[in-house]
Amino acid sequence: MTHVMSVASAGSLQPQPSWNLLEDVRQAFMYPFMVNAFRAGAIVAVLAGLIGWFMVLRRQTFAGHTLAIVGYPGAAGAVLVGISATYGLFAFASIAALVIGLVPNTGGRGYSEESAVTGTVQAFALACGFLFVTLYGGFLSGANALLFGSFLGITSDQVIALLLVALAAAAVLAVIARPLLFASIDPDVARARGVPVRGLSIGFLVLLGVAAAEVSQITGTLLVFALLVVPAATAQTWTTRPVLSVLLTVLIGVSVTWISLLVAYYSPYPIGFFLTTFAFAAYLISVGWRRLHTEERRAPLSVRA
Amino acid sequence: MSGSGTLLATGTGLTELFSHAFMVDALLAGVPIAALAGLVGYFMVLRSQIFTGDALSHAAFTGALGALAFGIDARLGLFTVTLAVAAGLGLLGNHGRADDVVIGTVFAWVLGLGVLALSVYASSYHATSNGAAGVTVLFGSIFGISSTQATLAAAIAFVLIGLMLGIARPLLFASLDQAIAAARGVPVRGLGVVFLLIVGATAAEATQAVGALLLLGLLAAPAGAAQRLTTRPYVGMTLAAALSMLAMVTGLLTSYLIPKVPPSFAILAVATLIYAATFLRRINYPSTGTNTAPSEQVDRPDRSHSGVPG
Repeated sequence: MTHVMSVASAGSLQPQPSWNLLEDVRQAFMYPFMVNAFRAGAIVAVLAGLIGWFMVLRRQTFAGHTLAIVGYPGAAGAVLVGISATYGLFAFASIAALVIGLVPNTGGRGYSEESAVTGTVQAFALACGFLFVTLYGGFLSGANALLFGSFLGITSDQVIALLLVALAAAAVLAVIARPLLFASIDPDVARARGVPVRGLSIGFLVLLGVAAAEVSQITGTLLVFALLVVPAATAQTWTTRPVLSVLLTVLIGVSVTWISLLVAYYSPYPIGFFLTTFAFAAYLISVGWRRLHTEERRAPLSVRA
Repeated sequence: MSGSGTLLATGTGLTELFSHAFMVDALLAGVPIAALAGLVGYFMVLRSQIFTGDALSHAAFTGALGALAFGIDARLGLFTVTLAVAAGLGLLGNHGRADDVVIGTVFAWVLGLGVLALSVYASSYHATSNGAAGVTVLFGSIFGISSTQATLAAAIAFVLIGLMLGIARPLLFASLDQAIAAARGVPVRGLGVVFLLIVGATAAEATQAVGALLLLGLLAAPAGAAQRLTTRPYVGMTLAAALSMLAMVTGLLTSYLIPKVPPSFAILAVATLIYAATFLRRINYPSTGTNTAPSEQVDRPDRSHSGVPG
């Protein structure tokens, strides 16, 4: 390990931490690209927290993961035809959300079919991404950046674009939040009360796709999931009150992202590793704490898949 | 993959096909792996466990790259990690099924470890093969499989198919009606864990053929298609395995004839096309009253399970 580290740090002029926390933070903030990374990380973490909370509540983790993955062929395809990867990301994620949302119910069958469709969409999307990358040629390191993310080189324009998309998505979510919560917790009663459950479900999947596309620009398409699912799962072990739970999710997401950015800045290893590890550690601590401190675990807010 | 790729005269093309060692090895490994994936996938769709397959495919990525980072055989890491994660998932959940959110949380982290392993591997060994190792593990390279590797992969696939057929009957019972199966003395929980272990081993096998990220398609697409085409379980199993083998062979041939298309993509594209084609056929289930589709019956206990975790 030490050998690896020395090689890597010699190669890329790795900044060394002074272990004085304030000094280290100040040093990391001296570079505009790091400031942008912190800004982008916060935007992405907030959006992922908001949407991920509903995703975990609705038990749509598999769909969320698939939508995250779909960004990969989107970005690779866009680069192949010579347009910005961002367009490809959003286009593919939205289309896949519609496919997953529309197809399963046409056969009138249940969850097992939905999961087969979702799995097929995911694997085929990845295969397409692989094809695009192969056709493009000489793109292999870029392929890894798409898959595993990079927080370096985020420009101020990109931060503003991220912010605008995040604000739009959050605004839509704010409008549909109440009926969506109702439809998520008890779809049958909601339907009886005239809530458009199916429309909400498809709309939410599209929002999820947009969020996944947004997050994947920082974490890479493979690790979007870490920001979408883990903070929400952690928060939902603590409280069953929706507003408090959402706030906690956002707080955990932003903290994990910022700490990971800071650690990744001083380390030769990729941010994805730190992001997933810190988030998972928070989850484990929460679950462990709850198990220890409650005799009888209160059933968390949850609904059918 | 290079060379005589543009031959379109399939008559001479097919005989020449088997003169290429890489093609023979690819078929030798690919066809049994595809049959295994179809068979296992059928039960995964029936039991609504495709997401578990997703998690195991990512565990396969971490296993292979972890082994490479430590400088040992990738297959050793593959099987160790997928079997360990499968056992963990089986033991975590009640009735041998873990909750989706728990699976998601765990595999996000497992994937993070894989990213670390990739980074360690890339910076410690040959800088030239930097991204290539990761891409190979992720997307497979069945044309690069050696003769001995192919034989071993085929042998393991046959053993796993045998195991699967051995537990097929009780597993089917346990999947369709867990409560009654348990009441009749079927070891439901044990079967669930054994099945997940087989899924884990299948994931490790399929990673060698189509790569860690794409094996999900080989599990889900033929099985989903078979479920749409028939409600009879044994016909469905056979059909899933057959469709999966069809996708594998057609995919390999396509990639052979059009060398620009990577084999993994071709295999997945055929599997996806087959599944998509089954949606053209309207299925006429009885629209009222009880539904006779087996997956519909397994649906309800699973929903109530995933609704109330812990």
